[in-house]
Amino acid sequence: MQAPVHHITGLTSIIRERLLPISGTVLARVQQKVSPVDVVAETKWAREHLMLDVAQILGISPNMADRLIKCKVGDRLPENAEIAVGRGIFPRHVRTTREGRVVAVGGGQVLMEVGESKVDLRAGIPGTVIEVIPDRGVVIQTAGSLVQGVWGNGRINSGLLVNLAEKPDGVLTAGRLDVSLRGSIILAGIVKDAETLQTAAELPARGLILSSIPPSLIPKAREMRYPIIATEGFGSLPMNSAAYKLLSTNAKREVTVNAEIYDRYTGAKPEVIIPLPTSSEPPAPREVETFAPGLQVRMRRPPAMGMIGSILSIKPGLTTLPSGLRAPAAEVKLENDETVIAPLANLEVVG
Amino acid sequence: MPSSLITGNSLLAIDVGAANTRAVLFDVIEGEYRFVASGAAPSTAEAPFKDVAEGARNAIANLANILGRTLLDDARGPIMPGQPDGSGVDALVVTVSAGPAVKTVVVGLLKDVSLDSAYRLTESTYSRILDTIGLHDQRKPDQLIDNLLRTRPDLVVIAGGTDGGASRSIQKLLEPIGLASFLMPDEKRPTVLFAGNEKMEEEVRSLLGSLAASLHFSPNIRPSLDTEDTDPAERELARMFINIRKRQMKGVELLDIWSGGHILPTAYAAGRMVRFLSKVYGSQKGILSVDLGVSATVIAAGFKNKSTLKVYPQFGLGENLAGLLQYTTLEDILRWSPFDIPASVLLDYLHQKSLYPSAIAATKEDFALSQAVARQALHLATQFAQRDFPKNIASIKPTLAPLFEPILAGGGALSDASRPGQSLLLLLDSLQPVGVTTVILDQNNLLSLLGSAASQNNILPVQVLESGAFLSLGTVVSPVISTNYGRPILRAKLTYENGTEARVDLKFGSLETLPLPSGEAGKLTIQCLHGADVGFGPGKGGTIPVSGGALGVVFDGRGRPLDLPSDPVRRRELIKKWNWTLGGG
Repeated sequence: MQAPVHHITGLTSIIRERLLPISGTVLARVQQKVSPVDVVAETKWAREHLMLDVAQILGISPNMADRLIKCKVGDRLPENAEIAVGRGIFPRHVRTTREGRVVAVGGGQVLMEVGESKVDLRAGIPGTVIEVIPDRGVVIQTAGSLVQGVWGNGRINSGLLVNLAEKPDGVLTAGRLDVSLRGSIILAGIVKDAETLQTAAELPARGLILSSIPPSLIPKAREMRYPIIATEGFGSLPMNSAAYKLLSTNAKREVTVNAEIYDRYTGAKPEVIIPLPTSSEPPAPREVETFAPGLQVRMRRPPAMGMIGSILSIKPGLTTLPSGLRAPAAEVKLENDETVIAPLANLEVVG
Repeated sequence: MPSSLITGNSLLAIDVGAANTRAVLFDVIEGEYRFVASGAAPSTAEAPFKDVAEGARNAIANLANILGRTLLDDARGPIMPGQPDGSGVDALVVTVSAGPAVKTVVVGLLKDVSLDSAYRLTESTYSRILDTIGLHDQRKPDQLIDNLLRTRPDLVVIAGGTDGGASRSIQKLLEPIGLASFLMPDEKRPTVLFAGNEKMEEEVRSLLGSLAASLHFSPNIRPSLDTEDTDPAERELARMFINIRKRQMKGVELLDIWSGGHILPTAYAAGRMVRFLSKVYGSQKGILSVDLGVSATVIAAGFKNKSTLKVYPQFGLGENLAGLLQYTTLEDILRWSPFDIPASVLLDYLHQKSLYPSAIAATKEDFALSQAVARQALHLATQFAQRDFPKNIASIKPTLAPLFEPILAGGGALSDASRPGQSLLLLLDSLQPVGVTTVILDQNNLLSLLGSAASQNNILPVQVLESGAFLSLGTVVSPVISTNYGRPILRAKLTYENGTEARVDLKFGSLETLPLPSGEAGKLTIQCLHGADVGFGPGKGGTIPVSGGALGVVFDGRGRPLDLPSDPVRRRELIKKWNWTLGGG
């Protein structure tokens, strides 16, 4: 049976697409070396629209209003610009109420996009641009360690990794966050209160790597402007040993936290990237494996949720689980030497 | 011999679900269609596979292994038609429920008329309604445009105007939709269904034709103020859903080609079967089908002249689980648990399970949580669906569930349960049927596949249904009464075919069973006490024929609506006792 792969790997090739949400201008070129903060593409995005119903304002038919409208699609107009003048001795003037660009004219109406803002797309990871996707963005390649998580708050940033988690199930409290951590990516275990997230924002920290987050803190975490990633999920789950070992041994290195929102359909996952110098290009990680003895796996559901183990054997046919359900299963030896039977549907290969 | 048997004997049906893809073979055995075998594999709609056809190939390969028969060619495509050496199949049909709920905006004129009808229509497919727009809307056109651009719907469903009626008001509603589509990149534009005033087709075409990803028309769902007919529009919406999936998910197009266009949304195919059954077998009572799946909970009910299909992705047991708390509370879910589980554990469970929809409960505690969640999801879905059941249908009390015969139940949460009693108790708790009804478990999840097969072969579904491919859980007698715990409410005598008798005295608050194996029949004489009503009228009894099932005849004396004790210790003890009575362990 095919197995999904959860990447926790010490050295691999990492290739990531960085795309604008709408079309724009790509600034980077192929083979360009980029740092995480470099802007690789930019665009302008108007979040609001303004409809001026000239016909209604002047009290005339749409056809007549169309003849009186002075602006055309593409015109950039300042606030208070005149777009139509009525007829008569005391004609009424129709003016823009905000600065913007005309996007549609017709039916006696003018539609403008207003509140335009610039969108900068940053590289996010250090590496080399290996492909330019016209009008949308770039593909960047780097080499280094990769630790994927399961939840992210949608932010991205880079900084020096500082380890505040003495053990995989350590709890980070606000009292442990001081000014020396300003600009750092903090490796923490579990956060249990909003105050800790807020204190990290006030430092400001550049990122928080958690093992798990209580569901009640999700709205607060989404408000934070720095990236927050959870490697295991929700509640009070300790960090899996593979991720903890890899991250804690890379303290004081420059890391990137891309707390991308998990999308099961595109495969986007929140992740921590630790760029490493290499003399040759390491192999890219496999996306799919086939369950087999010897493979390292992570338990996605109880028993031993979050623990790492290795497959001892694949059970033939269907196995009756302690729950009473029958499913394809494997015998897994956990890192604490305990052996459990787990359904294959609850396992993912680590690699 | 019917023409359909001449043109194709074996039929392979593929169901692409959110968690699993199944391949099911139907073939002619001794002159009649039978369910032969089923193979399954994990679905591959999600990354890293991102190709649903791969899961279909794996499921077919598993089926081929089970059968010891070759079904795939060297290029891993299905061998069609069947070959003299026994390889291949003659026909293929597909149902699809995998994928995210289709983001939908519903547009109508009057809130209680066309807008409500459009809403009901939209609930017949796997949709997530992001916004509704009607004449009552206080938002300005530019605000509507901004909202449409922000939400980026995949689908816009528009109704309004009686035939030949209002047109100017509809035009006004269409303008922001057209402008928003115009401002979207081509590949992001929504598919539009217009199911309103039929006289407006040309105007709608000129307003939206070049701006929508595709524009579809169906007969007016509200041709007059007091008439609603969503059936033709549901059919069109089903086709549109498949087209949207083709855009969204690799492999759907290939499955469409394999099936020669015989591909349907899973829920729609199930609804089609219920409609068919209610026409063929329908009595005064309705027919109910529930499917408790990962992508959605589907309720299909067929009554004499009307059927209802409701698809609730928000009550699916997969990626939408974290959102379940928008409709219920942790306490209301935990009331179904036989174990003392802290609310925080359940909260974590809902979020964690939404990350891994295909994961299954391996431990007893996890199973208890999953069953409690399943009960509440199905209970909510039933409550929601009931609002749109036709008026004047057979019932004991209008505020309770209508009378159904039979109740068909499927979906992973039910068919995966290891003991039939677990499935039955889940159904009794969440559906709370009244009167006398037969409960049938679709343990192989065949109903939707039969609905899909009906388009290829109209004899196959009938013969498979009558072949015993479904598991009868038993006949359930649920008196409607509210009284004190422990008070006798019903006496019953079951007379077996061999003349022997078995009796039961049912007390309020308890569950009782009388054995009657599958395939056997008997006569049940019921005497109702203290005004209890099983459909004969308050306090009245009668004698009825009953058929057997895995649990025989089950008497549910817990009252309707089911009112669980507020004392948690006592409640958990009772739940364990009820589980024990039905052999659920």
